Amino acid sequence: MAKVVLPLEVARSFAAGVTEHQVQGGDVRRLLKDLEQSFPGIAERLGQGFAIAIDGQIYQDWFVEKVRADSEVYFLPAIEGG
Amino acid sequence: MNLAEAMKKNAPVLHKGMTTEGVEPAPKKSSNIAKRAQFALGDVEAGFKKAEVIVEGDYSTQTVHQGYIETHACVVSLAADGMATVWSSSQGQFMVRAMCAKLCGMDNSKIKAIPAEIGGGFGGKTVVYLEPVAMMLAKQSGKPVKMVMSRDEVMRATGPTSGGHARCKLGALNDGTLVAGELEMEYEAGAFPGSPVGLGCMTGFAPYNMTDILCTGWDVVVNRPKAAAYRAPGAPVAAFAVESAMDELALKLGMDPLQLRIKNAAIEGTQAPYGVKFGRIGNLENLRAAEEHPHMSVPLGPNQGRGIASGFWFNIGGTSSAEVMINEDGTVIVVTGNPDIGGSRASMALMAAEVLGVDVSRIKPLVADTESVAFSALTGGSRVTFATGKAVIEAAEDAVKDMKRRAAKMWDVELDQVEWENGCAVCIETDKHKPLSIADIAKKSDRTGGAISGKANINAQGAGPAFGTHICDVEIDPETGFVTVLRYTAIQDVGKAIHPSYVEGQMQGGAAQGIGWALNEEYVYSDEGQLLNTGFLDYRVPVCSDLPMINTVVVEVPNPGHPYGVRGVGEVPIVPPLAAVANAVSRAAGVRMGHLPISPPKLLASIDEAK
Repeated sequence: MAKVVLPLEVARSFAAGVTEHQVQGGDVRRLLKDLEQSFPGIAERLGQGFAIAIDGQIYQDWFVEKVRADSEVYFLPAIEGG
Repeated sequence: MNLAEAMKKNAPVLHKGMTTEGVEPAPKKSSNIAKRAQFALGDVEAGFKKAEVIVEGDYSTQTVHQGYIETHACVVSLAADGMATVWSSSQGQFMVRAMCAKLCGMDNSKIKAIPAEIGGGFGGKTVVYLEPVAMMLAKQSGKPVKMVMSRDEVMRATGPTSGGHARCKLGALNDGTLVAGELEMEYEAGAFPGSPVGLGCMTGFAPYNMTDILCTGWDVVVNRPKAAAYRAPGAPVAAFAVESAMDELALKLGMDPLQLRIKNAAIEGTQAPYGVKFGRIGNLENLRAAEEHPHMSVPLGPNQGRGIASGFWFNIGGTSSAEVMINEDGTVIVVTGNPDIGGSRASMALMAAEVLGVDVSRIKPLVADTESVAFSALTGGSRVTFATGKAVIEAAEDAVKDMKRRAAKMWDVELDQVEWENGCAVCIETDKHKPLSIADIAKKSDRTGGAISGKANINAQGAGPAFGTHICDVEIDPETGFVTVLRYTAIQDVGKAIHPSYVEGQMQGGAAQGIGWALNEEYVYSDEGQLLNTGFLDYRVPVCSDLPMINTVVVEVPNPGHPYGVRGVGEVPIVPPLAAVANAVSRAAGVRMGHLPISPPKLLASIDEAK
């Protein structure tokens, strides 16, 4: 199972403040489906202004990136620059 | 209304109905606090219980402007068929097109945005101000419209960066090992929500290997201009607090501040404050370079002090497009869609030259308008040399592939018999064919399939995080409070410096802006709320005569996510200077200077108070 870590603000709104969750690997789309089943509405929330980091690699624009069964996935605020 | 006033219980509310997001239970009362952002690792309370030494400090910075020399300017012309052309200097012609279309109710396809040369942006030109206004005026008048801001208008109406307030608490063992850190910050967003306080939370502790931290940020609206991006948005204020606290900790432990940083340096595998484990990074290499730098052994005299500080920025990738076109004479045009704000055209040409195997003088890099190249995201986030550079490399490789096909046709051999070496197609099957240069292949291109070009449209991944460490020596005048910067050294891991002197220029420019932030720059308001210092005589950015030579050390720990190891350069150099300068002044004066800018009256008052 892949480890997914939600931003604190999202975890508070959808997952009773629990940030760390185990989900099926595969790809980001599958991962979001799994999260959505447990926490309805979370997929839409995570689609608004969040980047994703899979095994340390940050993707600003994510869609179907691969997620291994032992991957660590973090949702982060999208990073801007100057 | 400043931060403190806006956060008071009975402060006038700027936006009725706006409540604080990210707080449970959700508040019902309107507030000027738009949002709370929080990042945590481990258990900060347990961490502080382990601490043998604790320091706590209170820090603040003022609203400052990006200070680009060229003010905002544009020309908009509408043709009889409704097609609009916008000439403006910005950090993204595609952003200009999209924003004008949205704000003016037009289709993207009706607008052509032509990027002008830019006289400084630093993040402040990632948004539009004049262009949609000029568009509507041009529509109404039926004439081309030119608009140019005065400096006064730039200062009053365009985005500064947030002033901020921070409390930082650090816990360590007696040997200097950091065991806990807590950072709470409030940033001014200006009149509408959206300060970069979240990015401050994500970056402040990034240079250190810490397992138990809590960072909380509050986004606060104030009746000042809406904040816009400025080099490494959010990071300098957070770094100022953390790096000042690190200096206090070093003093309390009786430890060398550089050794304290080396002992706790984030390295490959360290978990960043935002959770992700760092890949290959050059933070420790920077600190080692500082340790060995001659600057560190220059003796200090009376009233002099030395400050050290580190800083971090993520760097980003994103969407970039490039086309490499081979002219009939074998010269090359490299077309990209990113305005050149820091010398990126030269880097694009150098990377294309490397792939093609030709001298860079044979290559002309161009920044194209929105109808001459595919979409590219903004120039910003230290992304262009990394992301657009990757696109240029791929486009040049595509052109090489095409030229190998042409050579195979010219020699009547299989494609796998052709290789590309030193700017020429070489036949490996037999030595009877003389190598063909780009010019040789281009000359015959009409007979082998027409014009030759390569292109790449990518969403670049693999951006490499970057760190910097700065050393600053100052002398203070205890009678006037004036601070003279005596020596300054900026050290940074850039991954790979494609154009080393432009890289150094970015490091020096960022350091100079950070020194201004530390010593001089602030918005000064009258009691009636009028901004008083709207020109460069009163809003004092450092000029050459104010500064010593900014020495640079370019550290190169290659980013595995880029073919040549590029990380990105432009933002890190503004992160450490605030604390590097303040730490130097604090050590010279014997009193902690936690509130910027360190103007002469403020320094004198602090010295007097400490007596």
